[in-house]
Amino acid sequence: MKLDVNGRAHEVDADPATPLLYVLREDLKLNAAKFGCGLGQCGACTVLADGEAIFSCITPLSVVQGRRITTLEGLGTAEKPGPMQRAFIELQAAQCGYCIPGMMMRAQALLEHKPAASEAEIRAALQPNLCRCGTHMRIVRAAVRAGELMRGKS
Amino acid sequence: MNRREFIATGGALIVSFALPVWGQKLPGALDKEPLLDAWLRVGADGRITVFTGKAELGQGIKTAILQIAAEQLAVDMNAIELVTADTALTPNEGYTAGSNSMKDSGTAVLHAAAQAREILIAEAAKRLGVPAGELSAQAGEVRTRDGRRVAYGALVQNELLHVRAAPQSKLIARIADRKYMGKPVARVDIPAKVTGGAAYVHDLRLPDMVHARVVRPPSYGAKLKSVEMEPVAKMAGVLKIVRDGSFLAVVAAREWIAVQAMRALRTHAQWEETRKLPRDVYATLAQLPSQDSVIAGADAQPPQGARLLQAEYRRPYQLHGAIGPACAVARYENGALTIWTHSQGVYPLRGAISELMSMAPERVHCIHLEGSGCYGHNAADDVAADAALVARAVPGTPVRVQWMREDEHAWEPYGPAMITKVRAALDASGNVAGWQYDVWSNTHSSRPGKAGELAAAWSLERPFPPSPPRPIPQPEGGGDRNAIPLYKFPATRVTHHFIPEMPLRVSALRALGGYMNVFSIESFVDELAGAAKADPVAFRLRQLDDPRARDVIRFAAERFGWDAYKKQNGRGRGFAFARYKNLAAYCALAMEVEVQRETGELRVLRVVAAVDSGEAVNPDGIRNQIEGGILQSLSWTTFEAVMYNDARITSRDWGTYPILRFSHVPLAMEVHVIDRPGEHFLGTGEAAQGPAAGALANALAHASGVRVRELPFSPRRLRVTLNA
Ligand code: FES
Ligand code: FES
Repeated sequence: MKLDVNGRAHEVDADPATPLLYVLREDLKLNAAKFGCGLGQCGACTVLADGEAIFSCITPLSVVQGRRITTLEGLGTAEKPGPMQRAFIELQAAQCGYCIPGMMMRAQALLEHKPAASEAEIRAALQPNLCRCGTHMRIVRAAVRAGELMRGKS
Repeated sequence: MNRREFIATGGALIVSFALPVWGQKLPGALDKEPLLDAWLRVGADGRITVFTGKAELGQGIKTAILQIAAEQLAVDMNAIELVTADTALTPNEGYTAGSNSMKDSGTAVLHAAAQAREILIAEAAKRLGVPAGELSAQAGEVRTRDGRRVAYGALVQNELLHVRAAPQSKLIARIADRKYMGKPVARVDIPAKVTGGAAYVHDLRLPDMVHARVVRPPSYGAKLKSVEMEPVAKMAGVLKIVRDGSFLAVVAAREWIAVQAMRALRTHAQWEETRKLPRDVYATLAQLPSQDSVIAGADAQPPQGARLLQAEYRRPYQLHGAIGPACAVARYENGALTIWTHSQGVYPLRGAISELMSMAPERVHCIHLEGSGCYGHNAADDVAADAALVARAVPGTPVRVQWMREDEHAWEPYGPAMITKVRAALDASGNVAGWQYDVWSNTHSSRPGKAGELAAAWSLERPFPPSPPRPIPQPEGGGDRNAIPLYKFPATRVTHHFIPEMPLRVSALRALGGYMNVFSIESFVDELAGAAKADPVAFRLRQLDDPRARDVIRFAAERFGWDAYKKQNGRGRGFAFARYKNLAAYCALAMEVEVQRETGELRVLRVVAAVDSGEAVNPDGIRNQIEGGILQSLSWTTFEAVMYNDARITSRDWGTYPILRFSHVPLAMEVHVIDRPGEHFLGTGEAAQGPAAGALANALAHASGVRVRELPFSPRRLRVTLNA
C-alpha cells in the first residue's frame, strides 16, 4: 500500500483493513499519534487527512490511500517547532502530554480552515478529544495563541 | 556499573561533619539515603548527573529537581543529566505518590547539591591556597577573585562526594541570588511531547520487539474452563499463545495482529464466573464488618443542643482512567528480567515481580519511563507483570504489552466508594459547638510490593492471593485522609470505619480519602453557615486559626469578588478550603456555576483558586498542577461513577463512563500562588481535588437551593433531585 505521510511517499506492507494508527506507529515509527481507546471516543490518535481531523485508530488504511496525511511530526521539530508547537511550548500546555498531539492536530485542522477562529469555536472543535490531566484551560489558550502565530502576530 | 558497584569500587572516604542543624533525622529522603553521591555525581569531565528515585508523572518533577540542583550547584540547568527511578541507578524512594516528591526528593537534592558545592569550593581552596571565603562557584567552576578558575571535574578525585549528608540551611543558595528556583522555568519534557519525540514507555521500540495482548477474564475471579487455541495459533503473524491457569495471552510480530488475535482468542474461551457484585454498594458498605478507630477526640461528647444538624454523603467508585492504557516492555534473557514501566514505584514493583516469577530481586531490573497520566495506583504495575510473564515464554525477545481500553476500565483498581456521616451543633453565637464525623471506606492502597497485588497473579495455575488490606495510618491516612477538620471546632470526634472486604478492586486514586472527606466537610460547613445565617467565607475564617489557611481563603475570596457577588437566577457561587493531608499545600477556591433545572446540566463558569505550597520552586508548575486538579475533580464530581451489574463491570469505555469534555470546561480559571521563600516545599499535586468538589457542591446548592450529597452531580441525578 502507498501512503502519503507528512509530504513523503511510503510503501507499507499491511492489510488494507489495518487501522492507520498502527501503521503510523509501527511501520513509520512515528510517536505522536497515540492509542487511547481504539473506539473513536478520545481523540488521542487524531491526525489530518487532506486537512481534515480523523481518528486514525478507526480509519482503515484503504480509506486514506491517496490522501495527504499529516501527523504532529509534520508540523515541525523540537529544533524548528511550527506555530502550533511554539504555542504549546510557550503556554506550557501539557501535563503528562499524552492527549496533546491529538489536541494539537484537531486545533490545526480548525485553524487551517479558519485561522481567526474564536475561543468558543476552538472549544467546540476540541469536543471529541479527552484530557485526563485537566490541561484544558492551557490547551484552549495555546490553540488561540497558535492562531495568532499563524496569522503572523508575534 | 550500577550505583552499588560504583560505591564498592572506590576507597570509601567517609567524612563526618559537624552535627547538622536538623539533629538526628535528616531532611527529606536524605534520611533514607544519606550519601551525597547517591543523589549526584560529578564526572572527571565535569558532567553532572543527578539521581532521583521519584518518577516523572507529568507533574513536572524532573524540571523542579533540575531547577533545585542547578541553583545549588551553580551550574546551567542543561549541564545536568537527570536520572529518575531505576532499580540499578537511583535511590529507593518507594512510590512517587502522596504529593511527596518535592518534600522527599526535592529536599534531598536541595541539601545534597548545596553541600556538594561547598565541598567543591573547600577542595579548590585547598588546592589554590586561597581561603574558601574568597572563592565562588559559577557555571561549573570555582573561581578566585583574581580570575583563576578550577573546573568541578578537576576537583572530584578520591570520591570527594562520597560523604554523608550534613545539611545546613546556611549552605542553601541565597534567595536574592536565585536564577532557577522560584522562577517559572519551562518544563524540560514538553518539547519532545509536542513534536513527536519518544516520550513514553508506549514509544519504546527495541530491536526485534514483539507485541502481546492479554485476554482478561470477563469478571473478577472468573476461571478459564477451556479455550480452543488452534484457530488462533494458525493466524498469520501469531507467534505464540501463552497460558498459565486462567492467564491467557497472545504474542504476535505486529501490534494490530496481536489485537485481532486477542479478540479471536476471546471468542474461543469459556469462563466460569462466580463473583457477585453488590446491587447497592452503600447498603453493602454499611453492612460489611469494619475495624473502627477514633482518630480524633476519643473522649469528646457527642454534639447536642437545640441547633443540631446532620448529613450523610456518598461517593461511588471512580476511575483513574489515563487516556493511554497501561503499557510495559519486558525482556527475559539468561535468567534476568528487564522491565520498562510507568509504575509509580520501581523498587516495590521489583519486589512483587521477583516473587511472581520466583526470581531473586537482583535479577529483576525495573526502569521507569513515563506513561500516560497516572493519578495514583492504576494498571501500570499489572501490565508490567503481564509483560514479565509473557517475556519469560519468549526468552531473549523484548515484549511490549498494552492494555486495551476495556481492560483498563474494567480491571484497574478504582478509587473506593465511601460513605461519610456528620453531626454538629451550633452554639448561641452561631459557631460550631461540637462535631462528630464518621467515614466508612475500603483501603486506599493495595499497591504491590507483593505478587498478590498484581492482577495477573490471581489467574495463574498457582495463584497468589492478594495481601490482607490495611489502612494507611494517620497523620496521612487513607480513607480518613483529611477527615479531621482544620477548623477549631470544639469537641471534635472523628472515627474511621475501615472495611477490609472489597466488593470491587480498589486502591489509591489521587487525593485518596481526602477528596471525599473534604467534599463532605466543606459541604457541611456551608450547611452550618446557612443554619447560622453567616457568610460561608466569614464563617470559615472565624473558626480557623492557622494564618496560612486564613491567607489562602482571604486571597481566593478577594480575587473572586466574593463580597460584591450578585446572585442571578440559575447561578450561584461556592467556596471551599483544605490543607491537603492537614500537612501539605493549602488550597482555597471559589467558583460560580450555572444549572439548568430541566436538563440537570451543571456548568462551571469561573474558578479562582489560591494555593500556598511553601517555597514555590516552579510557580507555573504549581499553577499547572492546581488547574489540573480542579478540572479532574470537576470531572469526578460532575460525571463519574463506575457502573456494574450483578457480575461484571459495565463501564468499559468512555461512552459507559463519561468524563469531562470541553463543553463543560469552565470559561475562566485563575490560580494564585502565594510563594513562601525559605519555607518547606509542600506537595501540591493533590491539593485542589477536595476543595474543588466542595466548592462545586456549595455553588450548586447556592444556585438551585437544593443540597446534593451524593456524587456525582450528573445531569441524570440533578434532573431528579432538583425537580423532586
Ligand atoms: S484512540 Fe482513537 S479516538 Fe481514542
Ligand atoms: S495532559 Fe495528560 S491527558 Fe492531557
